[in-house]
Amino acid sequence: MWVGYSLQKRLMSLPTVSRLLNGKSLQNELMNDEVIRLENVSVQYRVPYEQIGTFREYFIRLLQRRISYRTFWALDNISFSVKKGEVFGLIGDNGAGKSTLLKVVARVLRPIKGRLLVRGKVAPLLELGAGFHPELTGRENIFLNGALLGYNQKELEDIFPQIVEFSELGDFIEAPIRTYSSGMYARLGFSVATAYEPEVLIVDEILGVGDESFQKKCAERIAQFRENGTSILIVSHSMASIESMCQKAAWLNQGKIELIGDPKTVIKAYRGG
Amino acid sequence: MARGLWMKSTEIYDSSRNIPNALQEIKEAIRYHYLIGQLIRRDILTRYKRSYLGVAWTMLNPLGIMVVMTIVFSHFFGSTPGYPVYVLSGLIAWNFFSKSTSAAMNNIIWGGGLLKRIYLPKTSFSLSAIGTEVVNLLLSLIPLALVMLFTSVPFHLSLFYLPVAIICISCFSLGVALLLSTIAIYFPDVSEMYQIILTAWMYLTPIIYPETTFPAKYRPLLLINPLTSLVRLFHIPIIDGRFPTWVEFWPAIAWSLGMLIVGWIFFTKKIDEFAYRV
Repeated sequence: MWVGYSLQKRLMSLPTVSRLLNGKSLQNELMNDEVIRLENVSVQYRVPYEQIGTFREYFIRLLQRRISYRTFWALDNISFSVKKGEVFGLIGDNGAGKSTLLKVVARVLRPIKGRLLVRGKVAPLLELGAGFHPELTGRENIFLNGALLGYNQKELEDIFPQIVEFSELGDFIEAPIRTYSSGMYARLGFSVATAYEPEVLIVDEILGVGDESFQKKCAERIAQFRENGTSILIVSHSMASIESMCQKAAWLNQGKIELIGDPKTVIKAYRGG
Repeated sequence: MARGLWMKSTEIYDSSRNIPNALQEIKEAIRYHYLIGQLIRRDILTRYKRSYLGVAWTMLNPLGIMVVMTIVFSHFFGSTPGYPVYVLSGLIAWNFFSKSTSAAMNNIIWGGGLLKRIYLPKTSFSLSAIGTEVVNLLLSLIPLALVMLFTSVPFHLSLFYLPVAIICISCFSLGVALLLSTIAIYFPDVSEMYQIILTAWMYLTPIIYPETTFPAKYRPLLLINPLTSLVRLFHIPIIDGRFPTWVEFWPAIAWSLGMLIVGWIFFTKKIDEFAYRV
């Protein structure tokens, strides 16, 4: 009896089957103004007590049945949704799962349980200049980094002049980036990452890119994205910026959502607890 | 401001999608073909960035080894006609295999941190490693042609067979690369171990010695070695100047397709775990 039941449950959990049975199209499960939706998303990390680095060690342990892992849920049954143009803040202590949550939305981690739906392009501002190669010129790195972020040749060629202009690198664009200062490096990274307007922007901590005037430019660009309808998911330890920027906030505690709602209320509860 | 074209703004990503990983990854690799091209470009441009002769080393390297091998071994295998060409063509094929598989594995061990930070198709590391070595192989055909001219080994129409040989060895190498990459994520030690295996493997493959000089007793050992049949696809059109027969061709194609499928499925089965592991 229970076998039949569990089989049915399993089949129903397959999207294609449920679609066939319910006649519901997957596309329709994201509401019109919804851009991100998480349904009971859970992520489990498995940490071995000791690092096993060699085959020999692994086999000995395997034979002795001594491979023990500490598993913990970095995210436990997270559900919420973000609307178009909304700025959503995530707060919580270190290790609460905020960055893991950003990684799930950025498609870096696939949730072990639950479901994530995202509409359109996600631009992560997590790693500026990911994959930059020091020996290549700024120009070459724009194409390399842009390709890593999922753009194709035509898109990058079209936007190239704007990237160079925004980064304020001038003639340095033809120099290998090992000659760049850290500010120039970050400026180039930011310019590529925000070259096109995404549907979703992911920000881990408010960025301090370059000097004050460039920081202002970055903030203006992000504000412009928001006006044009980009949703922003932001993690910060600065309560002031969460309160001033976000329309909605969630407090994460040990992988669970403690409270979700108006930023003021959530921050108050977080501080009180 | 313009929006990116590659992903339509209405397209929805669903983490619970029900497409098998192996197929999904093919789609993603095609979608990210420009990235793979860029990774190949980066590897080729940066490899010799700080040397004066630059990419010329791709051609000089096998040439130098060939000269050493010829001097050392001509005493033993000197009777083999066109020995320098034999060694060089075998070395080109072998270098392709050993370098592309090692590079794919090291890419994922050292570059794997990237997988933890941004999304990209995980096969792009292996695919770009193969692509880089295809470029190097094509470049090293230039010194091969020079040596052929110099040692008056005739050029035959059968040289047009080489693209088939290159495709076969690429598929085989990609399969091995994916298999090794998967294991290397769990046990980085494989990388060191593999270098030892490669050395043994090279001596078990007819590259510096002609197949006929291998002791008859151990000949079956050569035949079960997939690289024997793959390297043969280079030797036959270059040295013998003829197209391989079906009997010579099918083990190569079977090994390369089989290994590619096994490697691709093995790799994509574990693909969702990579970001948790690397």
